[in-house]
Amino acid sequence: MSTEEREPLFSPKNMKLIKNPINLSNPITVQVLGICSALAVTAKLMPAIVMSISVLVVMAASNVVISLLRNGIPPRIRIIVQLVVIATMVILVDQVLKAFVYDVSKQLSVFVGLIITNCIIMGRLEAFAMANKPWPAFLDGIGNALGYGIILIIIAFFRELLGSGTLFDIQVIPQGLYDFGYVNNGLMILPPMALITVGVIIWVQRYYTRELIEDN
Amino acid sequence: MKALRNFLDKQKPHFEKGGKLEKLHAMFDSAETLFFVPDKVTSSGSHIRDAIDMKRTMITVFIALIPALLFGMWNVGYQHFLSYGESPDHFTMFLYGFFKLLPIIIVTYGVGLGLEILFAQIRSHEVNEGFFVSGLLIPMIVPADIPLWQLAVAVAFAVVFGKEVFGGTGMNIVNPALVARAFLFFAYPGNISGDKVWISDKADAFSGATPLGDALVGNFDNFPSVYDMFMGFIPGSVGETSTLMILIGAAILLITGIANWRVMFTVFAGGYIMGLLFNLWGANEYMELPAYYHLIMGGFAFGAVFMATDPVTAAQTNKGMYYYGFLVGMIAVLIRVFNPAYPEGMMLAILLMNVFAPLIDHYVIEGNIKKRLKRLKVISN
Repeated sequence: MSTEEREPLFSPKNMKLIKNPINLSNPITVQVLGICSALAVTAKLMPAIVMSISVLVVMAASNVVISLLRNGIPPRIRIIVQLVVIATMVILVDQVLKAFVYDVSKQLSVFVGLIITNCIIMGRLEAFAMANKPWPAFLDGIGNALGYGIILIIIAFFRELLGSGTLFDIQVIPQGLYDFGYVNNGLMILPPMALITVGVIIWVQRYYTRELIEDN
Repeated sequence: MKALRNFLDKQKPHFEKGGKLEKLHAMFDSAETLFFVPDKVTSSGSHIRDAIDMKRTMITVFIALIPALLFGMWNVGYQHFLSYGESPDHFTMFLYGFFKLLPIIIVTYGVGLGLEILFAQIRSHEVNEGFFVSGLLIPMIVPADIPLWQLAVAVAFAVVFGKEVFGGTGMNIVNPALVARAFLFFAYPGNISGDKVWISDKADAFSGATPLGDALVGNFDNFPSVYDMFMGFIPGSVGETSTLMILIGAAILLITGIANWRVMFTVFAGGYIMGLLFNLWGANEYMELPAYYHLIMGGFAFGAVFMATDPVTAAQTNKGMYYYGFLVGMIAVLIRVFNPAYPEGMMLAILLMNVFAPLIDHYVIEGNIKKRLKRLKVISN
């Protein structure tokens, strides 16, 4: 190892890599990336959680791989190299899902494959992993995937609760309410409502985090 | 009037800055301006003002809605008793509809104005009159049996996401009343579509399909006469059935100059021409329906007169209004005939064109600039 002083693994600087994307630079609510999958897989809670975990694995793994390779990648073909790495990880995740949670894998269908095109992953590889060591790159991947996953799970929670009256496919709204005239909100199942839910989350987040509000 | 003025003047200090009821100033403001034209004058910039303010504009639309509303109340009762084969006197029918609609109107205004006042307080601006008309429009475009809690949710959604998030009255992109209806339509389709909901407390054996519902499934045997549809003796949303009453409202709006004739006229023209085109095509029985049927069925007339003309969400330029109105009419009839899921296309057509209105305006203005630049070049050459 070199003579330079080694940074502790969980130094404040490194912890920031995890904390920041969860709130201040959240990939969905602040950078507005990865919206498509936030609409597509959030009608139910289960697929949303599986999707979040898949993205977490792919993101962390490809961040580390690219970070290891970063000095060997010719700049002109770096995008292709990044894509190859992501695609490999996605196929691995897809096969694991098919082997162990086949039902959920069917529900997610094409969207697992489409993790390849998730702009958050490409963005982090380009912006962070290409210029940083493997450990910070790993933390950055985890942080961004968590920021993405938390929003996905919040959206899915409200969409499933209000749209189907269930959580994890178990009925949580008492039958008595239905007898009383309560009806599930069909609009929550439709994709537009996911966008509006994202909008509400952004609203709440900005209400509590004043530094996010642009001054104009 | 004098006594009222004195009373208001006496209460005013309580609501001004430092008064003990300071927090409720928005409510006081709205009550005061209801009776008196505000005495505020412009303090800077342009001093040119129209003689009527927003409150007077809104009250005119309100008056224009009254004929259709009163007829709607009667019709709710008429349809109800008809389904049982009874025919009591007109006053009984009116009273039945009146008591059906009263809770709907109260809930709409209660929820809508409550939220408006809340937002006005938080953002410390005065309560706008925008909801005054929306609050009457919403009860007129829903079935009389709509569950009140669903209505309340829809109104709250419309006020918050249709209007307040864009900055309140005058800043909204889409018509809030239609947002409320669209919300109900997609969220709780069981209570606002199909052939069970359009007659209040309908007898089970009686077919409650609207002409639009009949037309969509190709059932033209019991189609109501043109006279019935024009006068409004058909099932449907409360305010939409009577084309005659809507035309009276339209006359009030046009004579007072509140609504723009360009939009109103082109919506009817667009719908009629689309109907004619379908006549030419004539692939099925629905397409062969006389084109003017489309103008008197369902909510077409109501949408054309009261919804499409909303000055905030319609196109602003004169030329743009022609395109806007024409497309509203065409798309409404297109959706009716082609889309099996939506018997009525007026709501969706207006919402869609609301979104496109700024784009239309943009191109109209760009076109004008280009034309004038050309003229400038010719002169300078």
